[in-house]
Amino acid sequence: MSSPLAVSAARPVSDRLAKRASRHVKERIIEAILFASAAISVFVTLAIVYVLLKESFVFFSQVPVIDFLTDTQWTPLFDDAHFGIMVLLSGTAVSSFVALLVAIPIGTIIAIYLSEFSTPHAREIAKPILEVLSGIPTVVFGFFALLFVTPILQWFLPPLPGFSLLSAGIVMGIMIIPIVSSISEDAMRAVPMSLREGSYAMGATRLQTALKVVLPAAISGIAAAYILGIARAVGETMILAIAAGMQPNLVWNPMEPAATITSFIVQVALGDLPHGSVGYNTIFAAGLTLMIFTLMFNLLGFWLQRRYRERY
Amino acid sequence: MSLSAEEVATIRANIARRKTRDLIFSGIGILCLAIALLTIAALFADMIITGWDRFRPGFFTDFPSRRAAQAGILSAWVGSVLVMIVTAVVAVPLGVATGIWLEEYAPKHWVTDVIEININNLAGVPSIIYGLLALGLFVYTFGLGQSVQTAGLTLALLILPVVIVATREAIRSIPQMIREAAYGLGATKWQTVKDHIVPYSLPGILTGVIIGLSRAIGETAPIITIGALTFIAFLPPSPITDAAPFISVEWLKAPFTVMPIQIFNWTSRPDAAFHQNAAAAGAILVAMTVTMNAVAIWLRYRLRKNIKW
Repeated sequence: MSSPLAVSAARPVSDRLAKRASRHVKERIIEAILFASAAISVFVTLAIVYVLLKESFVFFSQVPVIDFLTDTQWTPLFDDAHFGIMVLLSGTAVSSFVALLVAIPIGTIIAIYLSEFSTPHAREIAKPILEVLSGIPTVVFGFFALLFVTPILQWFLPPLPGFSLLSAGIVMGIMIIPIVSSISEDAMRAVPMSLREGSYAMGATRLQTALKVVLPAAISGIAAAYILGIARAVGETMILAIAAGMQPNLVWNPMEPAATITSFIVQVALGDLPHGSVGYNTIFAAGLTLMIFTLMFNLLGFWLQRRYRERY
Repeated sequence: MSLSAEEVATIRANIARRKTRDLIFSGIGILCLAIALLTIAALFADMIITGWDRFRPGFFTDFPSRRAAQAGILSAWVGSVLVMIVTAVVAVPLGVATGIWLEEYAPKHWVTDVIEININNLAGVPSIIYGLLALGLFVYTFGLGQSVQTAGLTLALLILPVVIVATREAIRSIPQMIREAAYGLGATKWQTVKDHIVPYSLPGILTGVIIGLSRAIGETAPIITIGALTFIAFLPPSPITDAAPFISVEWLKAPFTVMPIQIFNWTSRPDAAFHQNAAAAGAILVAMTVTMNAVAIWLRYRLRKNIKW
């Protein structure tokens, strides 16, 4: 913005129009402040990586990596300490699997319905309701899972214990429905109208068009929705800490209670662990494992999302 | 080419079958939406019915107690309000400044790409990881303690991506001609931003801030991780004192509890009487977040309707 006015510098029209150096300096200072703010987000990521790596390094200097990956027991706070992350991973995997069994079918059907079947008016009403569902605090969902959903499930499945991965997983799935449905719906609505029109011209019904034309065309966006849903399920904490119990069991049966990576961190944080003890470092090693998994899922999800955006 | 009556009948039956399937799917779609709606209704009804006995004025003005019927949420809601103040004071300027830089100033450069990808990733980091960051960095490295300021800072980092994305979307919807008109009158870049871009994108930014805060107020995991106490029977020191300079920041360093922690604590007790407290507090928390979300959605709706460039 430094183009000079077409007035000779010797006789300015007015002092108020003369170029002021202070203006330029002020602009640069403000730009620097704005850039510094933007750079802080990068420092947050670096700080997360630094903290997790630093404390995990202390942990792995006392616990061999091989034991961490292969041991089948997780008893970090006992005298006879075992650190088998598989135990916590099994809880995370089973609960996430249950959640996805709920969220993927329901979320996909809602997305197809809203994108291909419903009137715009119905969509205007349905989307805010789904947003409200995703805005409910997870601690409240945990309460709901433990004291509402579990008793109902016990009525159908009497052997179900008071704490179970099944009940926590189902509620977690309902919480994830809006993530799956909104990203999938965005992907389907990005499919050009001409493809639908072609399909209708051939005499296809709405369902045939949706399943055989729109769905395949939007598949990478829908895959992104599923993967971001998985990332959310893996990182979910409070529902599992409340409704799944916190016993570290190596289980593949959702009818049993188990600890997950996230609920273990909560369990340790609730106790009074001295800073610098092995128990304290354990939660950072668990956190690092969690971070690696969610980062992988998130990067894959973003990559898929970007791909469908570029196609049309 | 003519079709026999039989062939016509087959085709008609085929079409009828496909149309029935279409209708059935419509039904399934509405059913799935109903599941989402029913869950919200069941959750809210369950909270209100279970916690009904606890809704009394004293619930808001009493400290937690060993006797469930007399326990209240005073320290919890005061803590939540204080933490939200810190969160908003940190997250809003930082998020808005980042959004402005990315939309108005950022050059096409790898540094910009790094910052953009990084913000996308931060949005997907599980909240409990922010808790570990706060525990390792704020509590033990910076020595901020297990206090209101640590919790506020942690939640501010957590909602930063929400505020940034909302700011960017709001700024992006302002047409280029507004900027050109400002430059045409000799305004500098900053004058354009502060007098035009920011005021016009304010409703959009506000929507993002409200949604971010509604998320922060319900967050439990990172607050537990930094080691918030679950039983607090006192209030942080008042921000207003009777001696000069009349304003105190001691409350920033005070131990605290927040609504979700109180709910978690009551839920995890074996005594069912405390579950009623948890339900009542849960109903209040849900009502708060739903109200905040509703305000944000309404703001966005109004925004779309009223502004036509």
